[in-house]
Amino acid sequence: MWTYNKVLQYPINIKCPNPKLAKFIISQYGGPDGELAASLRYLSQRFGMPDQKSKAVLNDIGTEELAHLEMVGTIVHQLTDGASIEEIEKAGLGAYYTDHGVDVYPQSAAGTPWTAAYIACKGDPIANLQEDLAAEQKARATYEKLIDLCRDDPDVLDPLKFLREREVVHFQRFGEALRGVQDKLAEKKFYMNNMKCNDNSNYNMMNSNMNNACGCN
Amino acid sequence: MESNDENRNCMYNQNNCQYTPQGINAAFGYNTAEALTDDLNCCNSCNHEECMQNRNRIRSEMMKQIKCLSFAVVDIAQYLDTHPDDRKAICLHKEYCNQLEELKDKYQRIFGPLSIYYPCNKWRWLEEPWPWERSDFNVDL
Repeated sequence: MWTYNKVLQYPINIKCPNPKLAKFIISQYGGPDGELAASLRYLSQRFGMPDQKSKAVLNDIGTEELAHLEMVGTIVHQLTDGASIEEIEKAGLGAYYTDHGVDVYPQSAAGTPWTAAYIACKGDPIANLQEDLAAEQKARATYEKLIDLCRDDPDVLDPLKFLREREVVHFQRFGEALRGVQDKLAEKKFYMNNMKCNDNSNYNMMNSNMNNACGCN
Repeated sequence: MESNDENRNCMYNQNNCQYTPQGINAAFGYNTAEALTDDLNCCNSCNHEECMQNRNRIRSEMMKQIKCLSFAVVDIAQYLDTHPDDRKAICLHKEYCNQLEELKDKYQRIFGPLSIYYPCNKWRWLEEPWPWERSDFNVDL
């Protein structure tokens, strides 16, 4: 289970509100490659992992993503907090303001509400970990675009750079987890989910599927 | 002890506490950690059947107490969020937190980490089954 620590993972103190930037950055809150999608993706996928290392990696990274969700929410909040209605309108947030005021709503930069369709749980550890690797790269790329857009405000830039770095580290960890899973699935006898093995069960099918999945025979 | 000084400020006799203890929350008035781990002194690492059974029994019991205390803290914290001036509830909260901290420390020293914030000489985080895997130590007695 989870406990909450009343502290941000990395400090955020934005001195000048800038709703224009908030409009972009909110994508990392509730967009397709955002932190909400990341945390729910990993925390949902961990149940189906075949070895301890991949379970631990998904569990612990999924947990850190929740802390990142809070950071991105904080950035959006501080960028809109205290902005005038004119500034909000000028930033193109008139439609957002109509439905959400200055609350932080999980949506993409283009305004699409967060959807579970952003994440996959494929029932296949290899496919899931490959998705996670891609997700980290997409998140890194998104942060780099945001860093371009926020180049003039060091208060915003600093936490964004931290978040970008974490994506790179997570990519590394998922790569290591994937190699572990491939080794595990290549073992001669591998019982998925403690599945009972008898001659008529689908164990044999399962086993051959697994071998195919990791490219081993 | 400093906790005695702190407890002196508790106003247990105050009658304006609106907090209603939830279930097991009401049952905690003593510290079980000491008694539980005393039994472990002679058989913490041997493989005799009897010792292992004893170890598992103690472990289950400790885990149950940890869960009860954790829930008690969660429940009373939510109550205190809307009743921050309730002195009696604050005393209860302090009591549960202290017991939980002590018990968790003892548990983790023997059976390994419950979170990544517990330091170990080797990485024991990978040793145990996960809570969603019906591990023995998560099943209520």
